[in-house]
Amino acid sequence: MGRRVLITGLDTFWGGRMAQALESEPEVEMILGLGADEPKVPLERTEFVRSDQKYSILSRIVRATQVDTIVHTFLETNSVNVPTRALHEINVIGTLNLLAAAGSAGSSVRQVVVKSSTHIYGSAETDPAWFREEDQRTSPVRTRVERSLIEVESLVRDFTEDNPHLVVSVLRFANVLGTDIVTPVSYNLRHKLLPCIAGYDPLVQFIEEDDVVRALEYVTSHQIPGVYNVAGAGKLPWSEVCSISSGHLFPLPPIKPRAFVAPLRRIGAVQFPPEMEGLVRYGRGVDTSRLIQAGFEYRYTSAGAVESFARANNLRRATGSGEPAYRYEQDVEQFFRHSPAVVRGIDA
Amino acid sequence: MSADPSDGTRTAPRAEPRAERAEPPAERAEPPAERAEPRADREPQSEQPEYWVETVEPRAERTERTERAEPRVERTEPRAERTTVLPEHPIDGNLIGADTDRDDEAQGQGEGREPRSETGPAAEDDPPGAGARTASMAILPVARTRPDDRGPDTARRSDVDEWGRSEHMRSIVRRLYDPVYKYWFRVEWDGLEKIPLHGGALLICNHAGAIPSDAPAIMHGIEEELGRPVYGMADYFFRTIPVVGTMWSRTGGVPAHPDNAYRLLHDQQQLALVFPEGTKATSKTYSDRYRLRRFGRGGFVEIAMRAGVPIVPIACVGAEESMPILFRVNSLARALKLPYFPITVNSLLMGPIGYVTYFPVKMKFRVLDPIYFDVEPGQERYSRSRVMDEAENIRATLQDSIHDMLRERRSVWFG
Repeated sequence: MGRRVLITGLDTFWGGRMAQALESEPEVEMILGLGADEPKVPLERTEFVRSDQKYSILSRIVRATQVDTIVHTFLETNSVNVPTRALHEINVIGTLNLLAAAGSAGSSVRQVVVKSSTHIYGSAETDPAWFREEDQRTSPVRTRVERSLIEVESLVRDFTEDNPHLVVSVLRFANVLGTDIVTPVSYNLRHKLLPCIAGYDPLVQFIEEDDVVRALEYVTSHQIPGVYNVAGAGKLPWSEVCSISSGHLFPLPPIKPRAFVAPLRRIGAVQFPPEMEGLVRYGRGVDTSRLIQAGFEYRYTSAGAVESFARANNLRRATGSGEPAYRYEQDVEQFFRHSPAVVRGIDA
Repeated sequence: MSADPSDGTRTAPRAEPRAERAEPPAERAEPPAERAEPRADREPQSEQPEYWVETVEPRAERTERTERAEPRVERTEPRAERTTVLPEHPIDGNLIGADTDRDDEAQGQGEGREPRSETGPAAEDDPPGAGARTASMAILPVARTRPDDRGPDTARRSDVDEWGRSEHMRSIVRRLYDPVYKYWFRVEWDGLEKIPLHGGALLICNHAGAIPSDAPAIMHGIEEELGRPVYGMADYFFRTIPVVGTMWSRTGGVPAHPDNAYRLLHDQQQLALVFPEGTKATSKTYSDRYRLRRFGRGGFVEIAMRAGVPIVPIACVGAEESMPILFRVNSLARALKLPYFPITVNSLLMGPIGYVTYFPVKMKFRVLDPIYFDVEPGQERYSRSRVMDEAENIRATLQDSIHDMLRERRSVWFG
């Protein structure tokens, strides 16, 4: 019997990408996606269920569909996208409900994969150059994204202890850059202006978006338990990120940089969320050897991820549009999938 | 520059590196009493240790020699017997790929903290570079090729390595600092040959001067004379200062975190410079000069034991007088969030300029015998009493040789 996979946040970037990746795996029998909105990417055989962001109905869905794997991609790591309250609801309450559904008596779930972020390590001058998975952060928690992710991971840790028969995988991803994803860093670089703090040029890591999906897929298909850092090899200075992407550095004063940049944030010229402030001051490095030992192969280094973004960005600039040729429309897809008018077995 | 004779010695052994692999483990496994022997072997050119190539091989291949070869040749006259026998030892590679694939592989045999103890002996017995490569292949279930195994990271635009050090920046700073080193401090070394040419070693030194003048001199001296990069480990505080923190990092500064030290010494087999006294030494007033402070909690000994590298103590004389502190203003330090706020003789004589101007003292360094520990590397913990004893011994030895050097010194300014 093939695997039956449930993906959270199908309407978000990662949910959609993950569903696409799993669709190509023959051993996956059924893919079910939850989302508050309709998916934005073309999907072949993924079932979509509209749900609220807190997943309060999840236990009924799990029971009804007998899924054996839950891929929890819907953790918000970018505070620009969502207001404070929603962030807590999505990350903490959503995970709470998800784990409750997965751990209920007689549950069919055998594996839970959680997409976390290296934000939980924070950024401080007292940090080691490379955080290992078991290392604790050295600075107090300052931002709400970090706080909610730490809470999520502690929920997952408890869940792992309570359910030793389940495979629980937590992947902590470094900052993502790539061809399509929009993050505060890529947003700024697309607008050619990358904020930095005057006098600081920290070393940072990036991961390419394809490697993110491949890593999630890898631990899912190989059923690898544990916590893993995921980041491209090497580190590069913040100024080099800017020069590879042919942007301009925008120095902010070392004291209260966010207040200084507030008017620009208001008009949308730059994005500078609080979790980025520590990063551009002290940077962050995570040791990825554990995942490499588990057999995962990276396609991109940290600098390679930046370059991948830069190349896509050059294309976008040259053609004047970053939109994909085909906008996914749920109704059309439904038509293709279910209408008797469509002749099956022919490449449409 | 390409005609440098030592280029030949470098390429020759690399032709058959496999054959020589067996030797270094045997030497390294010897009891500490006989540790001096391999070092003596290293002296004559013909006896170039074959295995040193392996230690640096990944870097050497990818390193572009800069104009650094020439100044070194000029400087050979006073120390001819020493410098001429030295091989052209490549300074740290330009490419981050070179670092990361090395340390990732080394991690392959000692991943994280827990498995370190299991694989510890293997890590000790093998030559650093080569052993890691073969061992990781044996242990890993999956043969792998990673992008950075195939060559340098082509996306990189600068030569800043994973510690933030840039060889390009370092060479600029070396050129600027060289006159200070040669004509202002007139630095003199004694026993420089005791610093290993290959493999990791933890250099420790006494610390002095309100804004310490010893660290840059040691780093400059070793890089110029031995051609090896030195990573200077210092307080986190440096990192928090804009511009200075970045410059410090680009020129080889690393925050003094035990994990950083272990990675530098064990995984990358580099030279790391540590001042065990910390800011207790630099903040002491002139009346306490040349009196060593407490050596932290002996953490440096534990790191060296765990990494399986020797400790090389360096005694420094002169730095104390280069920027002597008369007294400290604690309220000002608190207000400015500084570790201490010194009132130095320099600042009284020259005003604010005094905080960036040293007195032209004669600076002398004496490298003491390396200390090898006969303990198994890679353990999570070491006997506290052993660590404290070793730290105390090193401190006593260092204090003695400082006193020795002071006995021989006739003048602060002329040595």
